[in-house]
Amino acid sequence: MIRLEELTKVFETPNGPVVAADKVTMEVPAGEICVLLGPSGCGKTTALKMVNRLVPPTSGKIFIDDKDTSKLNDVQLRRSIGYVIQQIGLFPNMTIEENICVVPRLLGWDSARAKKRAAELLDLVGLDAKLFLRRYPKELSGGQQQRVGVIRALAADPPVMLMDEPFGAIDPINREVIQDEFLKMQSEIKKTIMFVSHDIDEAVKMGDKIAIFRAGKIEQYDSPDKVLAHPANAFVADFVGADRTLKRLRLVTVEAVSDRAWPAISRHAKVRDALVAMREHNAHVAIVLDSDQRPTGYLTEEMAEGAGGVAQDVARPVPTTVPARADLRAVVSEMFANDVMWLTCVDDGGRFAGVVTQAAVTAVLGETYRKPGLVAL
Amino acid sequence: MSSASATPVGAPRRSFLLPVLMLALGLLIGLSGIVGQIALYWDDIVYLAQEHVVLVASSGGAAILVGVPVGILLSRPSMQRVAESVMQIFNIGTTIPTLAVIALSMTLLGIGFAPAFFGLFVASLLPIVRNTYAGLLAVPGHYKEAAHGMGMTPIQILTRVEMPNALYVIFSGIRTALAINVGTTPLAFLIGGGGLGELIFTGIDLMDTGMLLAGAIPTAALAVLVDWMMGQAQLRLIPKGVNPLR
Ligand SMILES: Nc1ncnc2c1ncn2[C@@H]1O[C@H](COP(=O)(O)OP(=O)(O)OP(=O)(O)O)[C@@H](O)[C@H]1O
Ligand SMILES: [Mg+2]
Repeated sequence: MIRLEELTKVFETPNGPVVAADKVTMEVPAGEICVLLGPSGCGKTTALKMVNRLVPPTSGKIFIDDKDTSKLNDVQLRRSIGYVIQQIGLFPNMTIEENICVVPRLLGWDSARAKKRAAELLDLVGLDAKLFLRRYPKELSGGQQQRVGVIRALAADPPVMLMDEPFGAIDPINREVIQDEFLKMQSEIKKTIMFVSHDIDEAVKMGDKIAIFRAGKIEQYDSPDKVLAHPANAFVADFVGADRTLKRLRLVTVEAVSDRAWPAISRHAKVRDALVAMREHNAHVAIVLDSDQRPTGYLTEEMAEGAGGVAQDVARPVPTTVPARADLRAVVSEMFANDVMWLTCVDDGGRFAGVVTQAAVTAVLGETYRKPGLVAL
Repeated sequence: MSSASATPVGAPRRSFLLPVLMLALGLLIGLSGIVGQIALYWDDIVYLAQEHVVLVASSGGAAILVGVPVGILLSRPSMQRVAESVMQIFNIGTTIPTLAVIALSMTLLGIGFAPAFFGLFVASLLPIVRNTYAGLLAVPGHYKEAAHGMGMTPIQILTRVEMPNALYVIFSGIRTALAINVGTTPLAFLIGGGGLGELIFTGIDLMDTGMLLAGAIPTAALAVLVDWMMGQAQLRLIPKGVNPLR
């Protein structure tokens, strides 16, 4: 856990004092990622560097696991905190192995243990240890360097990590890949992380919480969904963007909105029974399943009315399906692409997992706006 | 920081040494009758070459031992204010011809080994200090920041990050310094410092080509040898990740 209390930093410059942090108070719970977000120069990096005391605070306190960091030895403190800088900062004079082993060696690990750890970490991010340990940073691609920068910070298994735009120096496509990799890793290692970003999409994706800064002050500190649904003020609303509701689509999975009780019938069922099921559920469509529970077609009320026989004689093939794990952005995209108001969801095995309708998507986006006690802008 | 003082001195080009070698060789072959004449001075050559090498090694070595630490010291953030003025003085110092440096040294210390040593030491010191200082300042700040943030102490940052990354520039300074040193050492004779200059200058005075060459050829050979050794050191001692030669 990291706790900042009334943290203030004033830089004395020739042009007068610059307040880079103004009574910042916040807490990052253990095992969570907190993204510090805001425009350039708002004090994100300064806040981060005060945690490992690269920048000494003017006033205020920082606690890590309830220990006041100003009472600890600076060098020991830094060795116990993983630190990733924006420019990656791999030392060009050292091999990848030596780079990863920097902190373990500073902590006095024996060389066999440090080396084993380096190989282990490279494997963790999908880099072949045999190939990469002996290489120098300049012999790696940008994305590979970025990965090494992150695992170097993880080398001594610190409980707390500070990451200053760790994926900043990389193209958007690879950034998504590395972000996904990192989230997967984090779900296992559960570090307490302060993560600086100036990209709202990255913040929404990576953050358990987002702290939005302006001129050294926190404007809002909330979950990504809260920040998007209920910006605390006009600055935050403007910063997260006019399309903030669309951004929320990424935060919700199909599972959360799909209706699993939607009428679904065997293809050998009578059309008449399908009609009954639809009316019972007040739905105008029924999904037709094969013997493995996979959706093969659908029936509408009109198609079923007056028709006889079994479902598969009348059904039309389903236009497309969405995986239950996908986010709502994919759903909306598919709906527009296929010009439909509903989609069939399937689980990992391709079996029927409910139906998601445009009405349900709209409802879930609107839901938090109508919660009592909360006032939307 | 003024840009002039931070510009490192480049290493002498290899291509410049080749003609010197060819010239020496051509002279040897063209004047092969002279070989016998030169051989007459063999004992002098051996004796004076020893003096010569001692002068080069002691003054050059002392310049490295003093110049690198001074450069390091000046590059520390706490010295920032003083460093620029010191470098300005050093830059002016570099413009003084080495012959004048030797002469000034004599007015201070009289004649003999000491003034020769001191003059050569001063002439070689400047490029070493300058390149050490500039090389260390040129190490990108984010390496130092990463090192600092990972919990290295200032000494560890210097030895594990800054020095290795500045090493190529520092070596170039040493290489230049030694080239200046070797080129100036024959002048040591003029202030009684001994060395191969004795054969060269006396050869000139007496218009004795054999004697002149007996001094000039070993001097040239020494220059080539020292530069080659520095090249090898630069190639082999600098870590692969920061060595443009590898
Ligand atoms: N060492 C310093 N001396 C003086 N002023 C500083 C120093 N470091 C930062 N500042 C000032 O403090 C403010 C906050 O800087 P900081 O680097 O924390 O911004 P940031 O939010 O990280 O910006 P960016 O997104 O551009 O990295 C800026 O106005 C900056 O000019
Ligand atoms: Mg920053």
